[in-house]
Parts: sequence; C-alpha cells; structure tokens
Amino acid sequence: MKQAAIDKQTTCYHCGNDCADERIELDEKVFCCNGCREVYSILSQSGLCNYYSYNPHPGVSQEKASKRFDYLKEPSIVRDLVDYSDEKFTIVTFYIPDIHCSSCIWLLEHLNRINPAIHQCRVDFLRKQINIRFDTAQITLQELVEVLDRIGYEPLISLQDVLKKQASVKKDNLVKKIAVAGFCFGNVMLLSFPEYLGISAYEQSFRHFFSWLNLVFCLPVVLYSSTGYFKSAWVNLKNKVLNIDFPLALGIAVLFVRTAAEVFTHTGSGFADTLCGLVFFLLVGKFVQRKTYYHLSFERDYRSFFPVAVQVIEDEKERPVPLSGIQVGQRILIRNNEIIPADAILLKGDARVDFSFVTGESVPVNKVLGEVVYAGGRQTGEAIELEVVKPVSQSYLTRLWNNEAFTRTQDDRIQTFSEKVSKYFTIVLLIIAFSSFLFWLPFDLHTAISAFTAVLIIACPCALALSTPFTMSSALSIFDRNFFYLKNTAVVEQLAHIDTIVLDKTGTITINGDTSIFAHITGTDTEKQMIYSVCANSTHPLSRLICQYLNTYSKLNTTSYYEVPGRGITADIDGHFIRVGSAKFVDAMQSEAPSPQKTEVHVSMDEKYLGYFTIEQRYREGMAAVKSLSSTYRLYLLSGDHGHERDSLSSMFSPEDMFFERTPQEKLDFIKQLQEKSHKVAMIGDGLNDAGALKQSDLGIAITDNVNNFSPGSDAILDGRSLKKLPVFLKFSKDALRVVYISFCISLTYNVVGLSYAVSGKLSPLIAAILMPLSTFTIISFTSLATHLAAKRRKLL
Amino acid sequence: MSIIYFLIGCSVLLALIFLGAFFWAQRNGQNDDLYTPSVRILLDDEPEDEQKK
Repeated sequence: MKQAAIDKQTTCYHCGNDCADERIELDEKVFCCNGCREVYSILSQSGLCNYYSYNPHPGVSQEKASKRFDYLKEPSIVRDLVDYSDEKFTIVTFYIPDIHCSSCIWLLEHLNRINPAIHQCRVDFLRKQINIRFDTAQITLQELVEVLDRIGYEPLISLQDVLKKQASVKKDNLVKKIAVAGFCFGNVMLLSFPEYLGISAYEQSFRHFFSWLNLVFCLPVVLYSSTGYFKSAWVNLKNKVLNIDFPLALGIAVLFVRTAAEVFTHTGSGFADTLCGLVFFLLVGKFVQRKTYYHLSFERDYRSFFPVAVQVIEDEKERPVPLSGIQVGQRILIRNNEIIPADAILLKGDARVDFSFVTGESVPVNKVLGEVVYAGGRQTGEAIELEVVKPVSQSYLTRLWNNEAFTRTQDDRIQTFSEKVSKYFTIVLLIIAFSSFLFWLPFDLHTAISAFTAVLIIACPCALALSTPFTMSSALSIFDRNFFYLKNTAVVEQLAHIDTIVLDKTGTITINGDTSIFAHITGTDTEKQMIYSVCANSTHPLSRLICQYLNTYSKLNTTSYYEVPGRGITADIDGHFIRVGSAKFVDAMQSEAPSPQKTEVHVSMDEKYLGYFTIEQRYREGMAAVKSLSSTYRLYLLSGDHGHERDSLSSMFSPEDMFFERTPQEKLDFIKQLQEKSHKVAMIGDGLNDAGALKQSDLGIAITDNVNNFSPGSDAILDGRSLKKLPVFLKFSKDALRVVYISFCISLTYNVVGLSYAVSGKLSPLIAAILMPLSTFTIISFTSLATHLAAKRRKLL
Repeated sequence: MSIIYFLIGCSVLLALIFLGAFFWAQRNGQNDDLYTPSVRILLDDEPEDEQKK
C-alpha cells in the first residue's frame, strides 16, 4: 500500500514516466513535463478527466519538440488530405500512431467537448486511424490538427498517405466470393443428401428437381467465385507458365461441364457438391493466406519520411509549399528537428545536420556557409536557410528510388516450393488423364470420357493448394507473436532459403545514441573543465561523448593541440600538459578487464594520472545470438559509418567481412554482387540508407524499436527486442517448409488413392464428395498442428 | 410429398435473405473494423466522475 503511494508520487499522472526532481504539479497531481500538464489541464477544463479513470497513465509523454502545422493552410495540401468537403462539413481521416488503449478511443471520440465544431469522431483501433467530421465554417483543418496535437495525439501526415488514398480504393471482394461459395456449398450439400442416402423409385421426380437446383447453385460459384482461378490460369498460360491455378481451373471447369452433362442427360446427379466445396475451401485458403497488419506498412519510401511541405521564403515572407512543388533556386527555411527535403546550399545559420538515418553516420555534421547539404539530414539547432540546387526526386538520397531494384517486379525472387512442384504436377496429371482416355477409347467412348474427366476431378490439387497457405499463415502468426512481422506468406519460404546475412551497423546492431559513459576521474572541477576543453577540439566520437558528459563546463583556451589518430590527443592549458587517449598513450595501466564493448579513455595531467572514462557502446540485446549464426550463415557488416568501432566489432565479424563508409548505392551494389555469386542474401537494416539494399536483397528485414515509426520498405519488420530470436526464426522457417513438404506428400497420397478409382472410369460422386473434404480437413489440421508443435519445440510459443 | 417443393423454395429464399444481409453489411463497412466496437461497448457514455465521489 505504502509502495503504491510512493509510486504515485514519482510517476507522471498523465504518461506514467518517472518524474524528474523538479516538480510540476496541478490539482495535486504530479507531471513529468509541462507538455503532460498542459494536456491534463485541457482535458480537465473540458470535463474529460474520465480519460484517466479507464486506464492508469493513458497518455504518451509530451516531452518532444512542438511541431508546426502551418502547411495545413495551403489549400492544395488540404484538398489532398480530406476525404470529403463542402461548405457545411468536412470529413478527414488521420493516422495517429499514439492510439494504444481504450482511454485513447474514449477521448478521441469525445473531441467535440473540446471543440463543439467537431461533430463526429470514429476511431479504428487496429488501423490506428480516426475519422473526423467537422464544421468547415467553424474550424479549419490546421486548427483541428492542433487540437489533436495539444491533447497528445499528433496525427502523422506524410506524403505517402496522400498518395496511398488513391491506391487503396481498389478492393477485391474475396469475402463476398467466399460468402457466395459458402451459401451455394451449404445448399448443395443439403440437396445432395437424399442422393447419397438413396431415393426410392417413385420419388424420381425429386431427383431431377434436386440435380437441376444443384446445377443452378453451381452457376454463381463458377461464374463469380472462381473467376480468379480462370483469369490467373489464362494469364499464366499466355506467359507459358504452369502454376497451380491451371489444374485448379481445369478441375473446376471439368466438374461443372460433367455435372451439367449428367443433369441434362439424366444420367447422374453430377459433382455439384464437390465443385462448390472445392471452390469454397480454396477461397478460404486464399483468405487465410492474406494476413494484413493494418498498423504496419511495408511499402514506405522516402516520401513518408520527408515532410509534407516546406517553408519557402519568397519576398521576405514564409509560405508553405508542398514537397512536389519545390523548385531549384527556391530559398527554404529549415527549423530545429526538421528534415532537409532536397539537396541544397547553406545560405544562413549554423547547420548541424544529423545524417544518422541517411548515412548511418552517428555524429551530427557541421556545415559551413555555401556548402551543399544533402537531402534527408535532420537539422539540430537553430533555423537555417538553404537554396535548393536539385529537385526532390533527383537529390542524392531520393535518386536511389530511381534504381531498377525499385521499379522491377518481384518475379525473380525465389520461386516458392508449390510453384516448382505444381509445374510437374500439372504435367503428370495431364499425362495420366490422356493415357486413361486413350486406354479406354478402343473399348467404349463413354467410359473413356468419364475416366478422363474423373482423373481431372479427383486429382484437382485442392489439398495441395491449401497446404502452403495454411502452414505459412500459422507460421506467420507465430512470428507475429514474437514481434517479427512478415509482409506475406511467401516470405517464410524466402527466410528458409537464406544463406548470407548482411547487417547494417548504426541503428541495427547499435542503438542510436545509446552509449553509456562512466567517469572514474579523481579530479577537481578545474581539472574536469580542462579535460572538457581539450576534448572539445576533437571531432572524434569518443571526445564528443566526453564533452556531452561534461557539458556543464565552459571551454578554456587551449594551445598546441595535437591529435594522434587512433591513439589520443594532447594539449596545453594554462601551462598544464594534458593527455587524453588510450592506456598506452597516457602510460596508464589497463584498469578493467578489456572487453570489446567497452572503450577506455585515460587522462593524465602533467604526468599525473587522473583516471579514466569507460565508454560502453551498447549493442542490441541478442548480438551474441546473431554471432552464433556465423557457423551456418555467412555474416557481413555493411555500414555507412566510419570505422571507429572496427575493433570492438571484430569479436563478431571477421575483419574482411566488415565494410565501412558505404553509400546507399554501394550498399545496393554489394548485395547485388553477393547475389551474382548465387547467394541468397538477407539484409537487415533500419535507415533510409539501407532502403536500396533491403529492396535488392532476397529478404529485406527492417529493424525498428517502435513498429509505428518510420521503417524503410522491406519484406519483414523486426522489433529490436526480438533480434536475439533471429537464429530461432531462421530454424523455424525451415521447420515450416518441412511441414509443407510433408503435407504435400499427404495430399499426394489422397490423390493417388482417388486416381485408382478414377482411371477405372468408375468414380461415384459419393467418393469424390468424401475424398475432397476429407483430404482438405486432414491438411488443415495437420499443418496447423505441426507448425504449432514446431513452434513449441523452438520455444516460440 | 409435393410440399417439399414449397419447403425447399422457402429455405432457399431464407438463405438468400441472409446472403443479402451479409452483402449489405459488407458494403456498409460493418466488417471493416472488427476490434474497436468490442472496446467501445465497455466505455460508458458518462462514467462516474472520480472526483465527485
């Protein structure tokens, strides 16, 4: 009880973060920052404090730089963003990444208490979207976004969303097709039962009535539900490819024609139930295969990373201009934390540009006036003015997207197992069908035709077509539980075939800015100030870190500064000679057991040893697991950064497999070279600089700490916490593939059993009606059981 | 036994009505978001104000 009371005292009422020593209070509630208090005060004024009663600490920390939404004044941008608008009201949909609990839903659906001009809000929790209808005359889009931002739900507005809207209109109606097929399947089963059980002679008129009705129910199944298979088979035939859709379409067509013929000639009741069941199960398999992660996007490119609009200075005035409207020669204004959208020359201001996301270089770069600043960097510090020298699409970074890796379709990826097998399957099937036709032809034309059609019906690879989707989709959901999100089911197979893994450094195996520094210095403040002053001269990352650590001091004048690359620095201050560097350089004893992840920086003044700093570069948890992969996989490190950490990384990678200072284009080319040596390459990266390599590789895995943040286009998104499970994931993907192999064998057994009936020409509808659902049921239960067992064994469940 | 013709007609008609209802729900977007309503139903319109208690 007491513990809870103390807990309440020290954590923020709004977001639950630990509060700093400095107290920010309102209504006897403690907040971690002014942002959180601001949100609370807005909510309490609008009588929305119930927000806090559904969940403890439902808010998201507001400790971030405030953003400007001036660009939402621009009519052309507004037009692109809203769904519908007239004089009375406007409807708009926003993506809000911070939606995470029921309190969020409650608050966002009660926005009209904050501003009555907001009529109606509807939250889609899984998609993290909100649909808002508001009064056009009383509130502008900019004001609406500012309301959302003030209460801590900033919508993510990016250019790609604007474009995505047009693309997402296209919807295929798989669910409707399943509904129709299911409806017909159910009715046909009902009408077929009397046939199976036997109809007495005096009820013959029912028999004809039922089979005619069955035929009618088959029509929508063939003409509507199964159109996809016919189309796909036709397209593939034209491209001279035999895929699994061809025998399926053939089976469906033959089933329908034979059913119709038997019904017309009153020779039998046909295979209406098999036909409807087949199409129904196939479509369900298709539906299962199509798993979508609403909150993830695998197709992001630079546009969703870049701002929607940029402030352009014209005639001494600022004006927001959409990114696509930026022209060469325009002056743009970039504020703190904004991204430079195009290659530009620095005209005014102190530019300290953080390129970590673009190049992997972890230290912000100082630029001088007149220097070209490449697109994609993030300005840290004061506002700067630049002149655009290249249009956005032709800039250094964005040019990468013009590479063929981005324009080609994914055809040359690894062929899936079912694609490979179905080719041979189809050929064998046709051979058996025609040979049984030719065998019976001399005896009886009727038997020959019925044997031919029976082969095509019974061998219709329904179970075969279902084994891959059901296995892979349950594998997908197991990966999903372990925070590894795959784009589609084919990726599981690609994962199983990988033999080479390429890793990016910054952000992938290291976490940006996550270094810890400990001082073991016994010195006075003036001595520390001197250390700071010496280090401030150096641009070496270690010196930078020490400066950050000692940033409370002001800089003293240094004379005779000297830097020995790779060893240390020396300087004179007020007649004191100071050395900062490695143990050898300072003549100090190695104080702790050397560890590859720790770097020690020793300090001495006038030959008196002052102590040392230990700087620990923290790698992601699980690098040991990645290292263990080196026995079975070839590992490479491909970094855009300088080779400062070459030594500490050498415990994980052999020196010849580490590459530094690679541009995004060089990364892409490196992957291509590996592929030309017929390696199957998986690329693991995080930044825009890896985007090309991720796209070129056989399997691009984007690693991220927050799946809602920007991650470059890829085949899979891996949560940073799960990197340690990567070896298990790779093994499990192989297990999943093995399950597919076994289920193929099972379904082939069913086919062989059925074929023994079929070639004799004596296939009764009852056998087909039993065999088809039975094989389907076996496959579905086997695949899901086997994948779950495999996952249990790999401890993924 | 001719009543069977009538009964089958009825059952098919009933099934068609349900199919139509499903189509209508699908077009109306009722199946677009299958999660949020399950949370929304738990939120009272005006839950008790903790401060007033």
